[in-house]
Amino acid sequence: MTLDTRPDELLGPPEEERHDEHLTPSEWVRSHLFSGPLDILLTLVFGAVFTIGAVWLVGYLFGSDFTILRVNLANLMVGRFPRDQIWRPAVSLVVAGGAVGLAAGLIGAMARDRAEESGLPFETTGPFGVLRRFWPVVGFILILLSLAGTLTPWLMMGAAAAAGGLLYIVGRVIPSSLRGFGWGLVVALFIGAYLVLIGGGVGYDGWGGLQLNIFLTVGGIVLAFPLGLLLALGRRSSLPALKIASITYIEFIRGVPLITLLLLGTFALGFFLPDALQPSRTTRILIAIAMFEAAYVAEVVRGGFAAVPKGQVEAAQAVGLSPWKQTRLIVLPQALRATIPAMVGQFISLYKDTTLVVIVALVDILGASQNANAQPDFFGQGLHRVTLPFVALAFWVGSYTMSREARRLERRLGVGER
Amino acid sequence: MAIADTRPTRSRPPFWRDERVLRVVIQVIALGVIVAVGYVLFFNLVNNLQRQGITTGFGFLDNPIGVQIAGSDLSPNASISRALMVGIKNTFALVVFGLPVLTIIGVLVGVGRLSSNWLVAKASAIYVETLRNLPPLLVMFVMFFAVVLPLPPARAPATPLGLLVVSNLRISVPWLETTVDIGVFAIVLGAAVVVAAFVWWWRTRRSERTGEPHHRALWSVGVIVAIALVGWLLLDRPVRGSIPTLDGRQVVGGLSGLGSYFAVLIALVLYTASHVAEIVRGSILAVPKGQSEAASALALSGFQRLRYVILPQAMRIAIPPTINQYLNFTKNTSLAIAVGYAEVTLITFQAIGNGNPAPQLVLLLMAIYLVFSLTISAMVNFLNSRLRLETR
Repeated sequence: MTLDTRPDELLGPPEEERHDEHLTPSEWVRSHLFSGPLDILLTLVFGAVFTIGAVWLVGYLFGSDFTILRVNLANLMVGRFPRDQIWRPAVSLVVAGGAVGLAAGLIGAMARDRAEESGLPFETTGPFGVLRRFWPVVGFILILLSLAGTLTPWLMMGAAAAAGGLLYIVGRVIPSSLRGFGWGLVVALFIGAYLVLIGGGVGYDGWGGLQLNIFLTVGGIVLAFPLGLLLALGRRSSLPALKIASITYIEFIRGVPLITLLLLGTFALGFFLPDALQPSRTTRILIAIAMFEAAYVAEVVRGGFAAVPKGQVEAAQAVGLSPWKQTRLIVLPQALRATIPAMVGQFISLYKDTTLVVIVALVDILGASQNANAQPDFFGQGLHRVTLPFVALAFWVGSYTMSREARRLERRLGVGER
Repeated sequence: MAIADTRPTRSRPPFWRDERVLRVVIQVIALGVIVAVGYVLFFNLVNNLQRQGITTGFGFLDNPIGVQIAGSDLSPNASISRALMVGIKNTFALVVFGLPVLTIIGVLVGVGRLSSNWLVAKASAIYVETLRNLPPLLVMFVMFFAVVLPLPPARAPATPLGLLVVSNLRISVPWLETTVDIGVFAIVLGAAVVVAAFVWWWRTRRSERTGEPHHRALWSVGVIVAIALVGWLLLDRPVRGSIPTLDGRQVVGGLSGLGSYFAVLIALVLYTASHVAEIVRGSILAVPKGQSEAASALALSGFQRLRYVILPQAMRIAIPPTINQYLNFTKNTSLAIAVGYAEVTLITFQAIGNGNPAPQLVLLLMAIYLVFSLTISAMVNFLNSRLRLETR
């Protein structure tokens, strides 16, 4: 076995186009599977592993009873959201779908303009390309729809896809002068989606299932971002008091596990606040998550600052900008652009970490799957082997797709290039 | 004609635009805000605790913990501080076995992803891309609820391969047992190391004098193995393998651990190893291609290229982020609370549940983790400063 130290597929052209085209199938098999005694042994061992895995997977898929998922699908998705208000998540999903489509269209248009400016070829993604990029999401949605078994979810997903597609085209064709307005609309749509969910007397304390995971992730990052930005600015400040305070906070939080903050929020936060300000349980968790994430966001932003070349600051000084203006006009815009991929990484990591709320007895999708196993119909039948893979799929699809899109965005926006 | 005096005037700007004044003012204001917020929080804390009749000190640590800790013979009457020590020990039990194993798996998978064997590369890629994108808590739930709990019950354990004794409560694996001569054997091993060090020095000097290859690692290891083997035989096998066997309901020999311990250990090892694998792969790829080409130009073999050119440089890149993953592993052991393994977080949780003051206990828990973390990050900083290549 030799090490294949070709450049990372992410930096070079996509894997399929890279090499191997000149090899005939038999040459390929010889060089990639049977190039020496050790290679043959490895091929046999791993061939056996793959075969056993495939047999097991087929047996699992066709030999398992997925009734528990069908019965509990709504619990897994929205928890105990009042069933007569269930149109709210549906409408919210359609609006959010539109916002995502519009954002994707705007990013696509920006990347196209940038490619035209620099004269580089611009690759467009056809329908099949989109399917290839988003097959995990599409597959997961199809699984959800097939589990639901009724027509309404199909209509809802269709409407969300239509809204997304329509606004994607809008985002692509509007003139560049209207793009600021377009981004404003994206934010407005997301806020609208939130308002639809929160309205009607169902506060977020009644939320659960996957909806709670998504809410805690988005809410946590949105709340943590301003604090993290301040901490990052404080950390690079030349004022010792601000610097030491920021470093202390960041290193303290980064040194403790999230659970300790969740325990602090659940059991101890009440003691630090006056009686008039006792927050609800979900609010406590949200505060704990925001406190935790702020330290990590600060480090991400710090990484962005480090990516801004020193010459930029020196040039800003040379034209006589004040320290504040240097930061606001020169450093921050470049630093924040450089942080986008790492911020997505942080978002993914928080998305995965939201499962920890199970420990303080909030019912997210993992909690709902555990509850399903405690129902009289399903108790003690070892159905964790059905529910947990489903939950795993929900997280895997989200994390995998987001991390791939982040790397794509990184290339498209030219982060790290000059 | 007089030349206008263009030297800057000595007069200072008004104090509200004087940078020296502003710097002090801003810091005083910032400190004031921090102190004020801290004071309000502390005031509320003391006030609330006193009003509810809860102690404000740490004296409660001598109160009994009040629960039987799973897998420990500590009585429920033992103090909270002793129970916390048991918890810290259990956390260590995860870390001590977890770190070496996850390092080995991570390196193997990371190198495997770069293998020219298509099946090996695909298997490694599937492993990494699956595990990396799952929540560690979920991996732990899968290990505990879908793997460990369905095992045979404790009253009728299974003995697969004759090497393990497995039930959903306890798992026993082959381990080593020692005889009374282990002390003597330890002295023999110490002597072997001293002799080996001397051999190392001798081979080095000889090589410097004659220019012959020293093979000092081979020689030293050989000396240690030879002495250890002779000592082991003379002392009639002071360390021997011990395979767990079932004697009625008792498990004899081997090393036993709780089912929850193995679930946590395996889940966290698999999860963290996927991240380490990515670090290893990235580090190998980060070694400039010219290095490998230069090594080829010097007619080094494939193995020599790896051993002397690529891996030393890749290690330098990989070590700091890997230690960061060790830190994450250590912090993630706190997830064991969800499957009932009695590490320090669960003990704290139980103490809070028994009516002990939560603020002090949670802050104490944070301090414990902070000690772990600061130790590890001090190591990272030290290594970073030692390993950094001087550029330009």
